[in-house]
Amino acid sequence: MVGGYAGKLLEIDLGKDRIMATSLREDVLRQYVGGRGLGARILWDRLGPKWEEVDPLGPENLFLALTGPLTGYFHGARICITGKSPQSNGIIGSTVSGEFPIELKCAGWDGIVVSGRAEEAVYILIDNDKAEIRSAKHLWGKDTKTTLKILTKEVKEELDKRYSRYGVVKEPSSLYIGPAGENRVRVAAVEQKWSHAAGYGGYGAVMGSKNLKAIVAKGTGPLPPVANIEEVKELIQETERKSFKRDRTRRWGTGYAAYEIGADHSSEPVRNWQEEWHDEKTMGGPRFDFRYWVKRYWGDYGCAITCMKLAVIKAGPYKGAITDNPDYEMEAYLGPNLGVFDAGAVIYLSSLIEDLGFSGINGGNVLAFATELYQRGILTSHDLDGLELRWGDVNALAELAKRIAVRKGKYFDILAEGTYRAAVKISELKGINVLPYAVHVKGVEVGAHGTRSDEDYTHDICYACSVQGGDHTSTVEDAYDDMSIVFQDSAVYCAVIAWGGGLKSIDWRFLRAVTGWDITEDEWKRELGHRIVHIQRAAELLGGPDLGWKPPKDDDNPPRFYEPLPSGPYKGKAASRKEIEKRRQEYYQAVGWDENGIPESSVLKKLGLLDVHRALGRLR
Amino acid sequence: MVRNEEKPWISRDYLKCTGCRRCEIACSLYHENQIWPEASRVRVFMLIPGVEIPHLCAQCTDYPCVKSCPVDALSVDEKTSAVLVDRDKCIACGKCITACPGKVPHLHPRDDYILICDLCGGKPQCARACTKAGYDALRVVTEKPPISHNLFARTPEEFTRDLAENLYGEKATELI
Repeated sequence: MVGGYAGKLLEIDLGKDRIMATSLREDVLRQYVGGRGLGARILWDRLGPKWEEVDPLGPENLFLALTGPLTGYFHGARICITGKSPQSNGIIGSTVSGEFPIELKCAGWDGIVVSGRAEEAVYILIDNDKAEIRSAKHLWGKDTKTTLKILTKEVKEELDKRYSRYGVVKEPSSLYIGPAGENRVRVAAVEQKWSHAAGYGGYGAVMGSKNLKAIVAKGTGPLPPVANIEEVKELIQETERKSFKRDRTRRWGTGYAAYEIGADHSSEPVRNWQEEWHDEKTMGGPRFDFRYWVKRYWGDYGCAITCMKLAVIKAGPYKGAITDNPDYEMEAYLGPNLGVFDAGAVIYLSSLIEDLGFSGINGGNVLAFATELYQRGILTSHDLDGLELRWGDVNALAELAKRIAVRKGKYFDILAEGTYRAAVKISELKGINVLPYAVHVKGVEVGAHGTRSDEDYTHDICYACSVQGGDHTSTVEDAYDDMSIVFQDSAVYCAVIAWGGGLKSIDWRFLRAVTGWDITEDEWKRELGHRIVHIQRAAELLGGPDLGWKPPKDDDNPPRFYEPLPSGPYKGKAASRKEIEKRRQEYYQAVGWDENGIPESSVLKKLGLLDVHRALGRLR
Repeated sequence: MVRNEEKPWISRDYLKCTGCRRCEIACSLYHENQIWPEASRVRVFMLIPGVEIPHLCAQCTDYPCVKSCPVDALSVDEKTSAVLVDRDKCIACGKCITACPGKVPHLHPRDDYILICDLCGGKPQCARACTKAGYDALRVVTEKPPISHNLFARTPEEFTRDLAENLYGEKATELI
């Protein structure tokens, strides 16, 4: 097998109770690499011909967890979760860090493909080359921390027996969901460890729809061998040296930004994006550090930055809350965007959101959307079974999250569909257009980086034209440099490390040292990356069964981004429709889509994507 | 073994362990020439997230593992005080695992012989990786081996209970 790969996928059909191994072909791997790219290819091969009919929450959808060749070698190990997204109805590659991918690769698998639907709650146990489907009845309904505790304990005890001759083995690693995923809440995450979530895409709901509570893996073998181990060793040293210099990220994690992005860049969501500026000095790095952090450097397998920090509240009303950092996105989405400006409250809400199994960004966005509707008198306490929703009211916001997670009550059930779908439904029920308050792009709630001030890394069409919608980790600009992230999500390692450390040029050397392939940056950015994006684009445009997207109308910013900023140093600034229209056409041209945003036949034929070309005939 | 001579030792501070496991990577690259978490002589246990325990030989001053070996496969390195494994002699009987109060030794996952930290001949790669990052959870010290080193020969479960209480306070009882 080519270096860096185990060479096989574990396939589990929960409906038929069938487990098998599939070999991976080197020519396919060279084109699609792994993670997001390989996931798009597998989904397209298997579901493409009937894409519009596949219900993302039906048994016909696939749940994929895929590593890449650089996973475990390039520091900051991640795994890519994908499938037909119940948010965008296209394909989102959603990565999450932790040790699960290491256990999986050491067990001899590059990834897992789960199909069908189990009759009752189950979990999958992978022990090296063996896998089994087990009852998860005792875990169903449990919050995420309890789920992980029970799973780790019961599987570790069993492994210690199985491997008793060998001595004590390390604990297994798990991917799992909370109540929100079980109840098919479309903003539910797939979690790992604590506070580690694949949030974008809504794949927690896909696991829930399959009655799949968790996947647990233990591998005792080595990582798959590489083409040139000496060069890999040198590259590990080189990447580490660069990462060690990123002092601010190492000290404060990304959470330092919760003050800076508001006060300086003016691009942090405040009260459902009604503002993007705040000067609340209660937010950001040191305000969390000295009071709440019990571990200042916390990281995942191989990480030389350890931007995570372990926050614990030991006294007061939020006692018992535990979370990471929280990182910038959590601080923003469960802080200022809910009108909360208290570090302890942000830790409490982050901890709760994770326990319930939400994606903090997407779920946090839903909470803010509901609160704005309450502010405007569109949703009332009568609608919300007595709940009064006010900005900054931590207990009310917590109660809102708890009820959405279990879909308890008419409007909570509607909100569980995610911001966009809830907005459509509430508009119908109330006879008022509430879509202007829905901050999403193609069904995916937008990450906590606004574009109005133009001072952040996010600009004009960066969400509007991305095949991952509102995902702030996969924004677009010129259809060339943005292919870097497609690579990082396909070779599957941490983009936070790759972005900020001047490490982009190392990617290709690393890939060569691990696999032996001679893929160049230019080949990736002009050809290989584009194939993946075209497949994702086709899936997104075909959509279905409940909704689809029509470009150029839907290749747009959330309406809110066109409202002038009401406060702060960039007061009055807003996105310009004329500019967006111009940039959109420039992007279409650069990526190879026609003026209506549909991939050009000639481009698809040149890339050998004849199947995509044929499928798009259904749209033309 | 002469206890009044200074020897290298890996001083460990579990509270500072980040869970990055770069010690495992360094160890297995050095000894196995590949990344192999379960073949690493230092293994980071994480029975509860946030409670990461680098588990490795403490070089007990009374060496119960060496005494337990029925075939003399284990010996003490005069230079470093590390326990050395003679792969050819080792019969993988596991007696040293039982003898170790911390259950530190474990069999190589592929080849039938016991794995025990050999201090890399006096320059431990794990501690180097850790101090280079500034974490100092594992750090090389040179000292006359005190009997207190023996107190580090504990199981990951025992250390986890202590650390969990330290990090999570009263909440710890719910997490274990």
